[in-house]
Amino acid sequence: MNKTFLIAQREFITRIRNKTFILSTLLTPLLFIGIIGLSTYFAQKNDEEVTVAVFDESSLFASQLISDKNITYTAVNKAVYDSVIKGISTSAEYSGVLYIPSINIDKPEGIAYISSSQLGIFNESQIEETLNEVLKEKRMIQANIDTAQLNLIKQNPIQLKQSVINKEGSTTETNSGISYMVGYVSGMLIYMVMFIYGAMVMRGVMEEKINRIAEVIISSVKPTQLMMGKIVGIGAVGLVQFVIWLLLIILGTSLIGASASPDSLKSMQELNTNPAASSAIVKGMQMTIGQINMPLILGMFLFYFITGYLFYASLFAAVGSAVNEDPQDAQSMMFPITIPIIFSLVIMSSAITNPTGPLAVWCSIIPFTSPIIMMARLPFGVPGTVPYWQIGLSMVMMIMGILTVTWLSARIYRTGILMYGKKPSWKELMKWLFIKQ
Amino acid sequence: MELLQLKNISKSFTAQKAIDNLSLNIQPGSIFGLLGPNGAGKTTLLRIITGIFYPDSGEVLLDGRPYNPSEDVGLIGYMPEERGLYKKMKIGEQALYLAQLKGMSYAEAQSKVKHWFVKLGMESWWNKKVEDLSKGMSQKLQFVTTVVHNPKLIILDEPFSGLDPVNANLIKEEIFHLAKNGSTIIFSTHRMEQVEEICDHIVLMNKGQNILEGTVHEVKQRFKENLFMLKLQDTPSEIPSPAFSLVQFTPKGYIVKLHEGAQPNDVLRHFIQQNNNVLAFNEMLPSLNDIFIKLVEHTPTARKFDQSIA
Repeated sequence: MNKTFLIAQREFITRIRNKTFILSTLLTPLLFIGIIGLSTYFAQKNDEEVTVAVFDESSLFASQLISDKNITYTAVNKAVYDSVIKGISTSAEYSGVLYIPSINIDKPEGIAYISSSQLGIFNESQIEETLNEVLKEKRMIQANIDTAQLNLIKQNPIQLKQSVINKEGSTTETNSGISYMVGYVSGMLIYMVMFIYGAMVMRGVMEEKINRIAEVIISSVKPTQLMMGKIVGIGAVGLVQFVIWLLLIILGTSLIGASASPDSLKSMQELNTNPAASSAIVKGMQMTIGQINMPLILGMFLFYFITGYLFYASLFAAVGSAVNEDPQDAQSMMFPITIPIIFSLVIMSSAITNPTGPLAVWCSIIPFTSPIIMMARLPFGVPGTVPYWQIGLSMVMMIMGILTVTWLSARIYRTGILMYGKKPSWKELMKWLFIKQ
Repeated sequence: MELLQLKNISKSFTAQKAIDNLSLNIQPGSIFGLLGPNGAGKTTLLRIITGIFYPDSGEVLLDGRPYNPSEDVGLIGYMPEERGLYKKMKIGEQALYLAQLKGMSYAEAQSKVKHWFVKLGMESWWNKKVEDLSKGMSQKLQFVTTVVHNPKLIILDEPFSGLDPVNANLIKEEIFHLAKNGSTIIFSTHRMEQVEEICDHIVLMNKGQNILEGTVHEVKQRFKENLFMLKLQDTPSEIPSPAFSLVQFTPKGYIVKLHEGAQPNDVLRHFIQQNNNVLAFNEMLPSLNDIFIKLVEHTPTARKFDQSIA
């Protein structure tokens, strides 16, 4: 045990002192924040500004199209229209022409936008929406509906609040959107942990085998100790890296939040057509985040982080011990291990839309998929969506799974680590499981 | 009492026997040469001794007790043929780490490692990485990590490969020194001249079996062919005599073979009677190399090709 600790310690220290580790630990959150920042920036900036010449033969729209931040409508006559059409590629004045033929408002056909460059998706739908808004008004007038009255009717729409009731009869408000998001993010994180650190274990084992240091070490410690030391050491590295990432991201996002200028906040507000509704959503979000059992989620996240890692890391270690220098061998032997991980990710997307479906339930209990699927389901509520027995069963299965998989992997590992030559076949791997040594 | 006793060790891998009912006794303080062609089972035997493999049957006794790999690890130092070190790790730390894995405390490891580094002129390497070392230098480091915990039994698999004569000599001196201080050394190699120079006992393995064992002197005596090198002043008028026959004439002299029951003096007497001055007369003992080739040659390929044999 003491030697396992020594091995884990070496693994941990040499890895966290490594320049690549320090760089990736510091840069990944920066990249993360950068991506979030950029996408927010572009979402705010929206599409380019366009000036649209409107030639309206029906005279239904032209005067009523209201320009907004990005789109400026200018009504033009036939002569201007013709000249613009001819010189559209050189015209600096107009980006394009909106042609509205003389139409029947019941059957509006033939409306076209002509330009030298295609409209962005937002502007296209914006123009469409503006036209439809006008069309709707016209039709209402035609049907003798008082628009002022209609607006009155449309005020204060219903917002559906979901509540989950438990056995004691107390209810909690929920928001499936937030649960969806938390579930998705934690599932994804577990997926990353299993892949990134699992593959790190595999490469570490391969390095020891290729460098032929394995034999020196194995003359001092048992192969199982070497394998476990490596897994524990890298796991600790992963945990440290994750905590640093989490702290940096929290720090970074709060800095961005604080430094965001009032101006940009205001423009964001303007973008929202209904500021009152949006602030209600924000308030609702804060409430439901409060309602999600954060300590439980964090605790379970830690559990599945560690157990999911241990489960797959020992499998990756076994693969690393079985292959030789050829990285392609490693790829092909890794394949059967990556399948359940990727499969989990596929199931996860259905599990978060239907967290109580049989597929989601069983996959959150079977150790191969449970770390990802259970984390995706948990935010939907305990014990409402996920009863305690399922969590308990999943955890017990996971621990039993780890013991089994580690035992099997250790048996492959102790033979594989000293075996040089060509890549073993699956049949040979099976034999290694039962070799006495 | 023997330091290491192997009693009827057998070990099979899927396709064939790697070690076949092999017994061996090694005296403390001896330098023991383990010889054999490629695939004779040497590495497997060493792995059994070091506890990496368990034998299918038979016993390994160290100091008269059954060998317990997890407890007796500190008693053994093993330098495998295929050397390995962590390339990215600093040399000092690496030596400390490996010493601690042998069961030494940190402080103890530190003083011992420093001692050896000074002894072999490696102090300035402490903060270098292994990847910066030449092959010979890393070989020296590997040797240090093998002996740093002062093991009773030191197993060296081809310790001189890749070393220049100066460093090879340095290591050789250390091996003698360790043996004088009571360590037992098992030395596995193909290089017969090194065996003749260093080892006092040898065992020759082939196909997993012990086919020859003894001191170097004994073995040579056993395989001698009664050949003598003879240098004469005058060209002799009459060879052979009933006592011996001429085997070959070389520029260095005559190689003669004594007949059964004849004595070396019979040869001398023969030429003295002829009034021919004998300038040199010495026995030609077979080299270990000759013995090795003689014993191993003509046996079918030592092992069938089977990649599943470690």
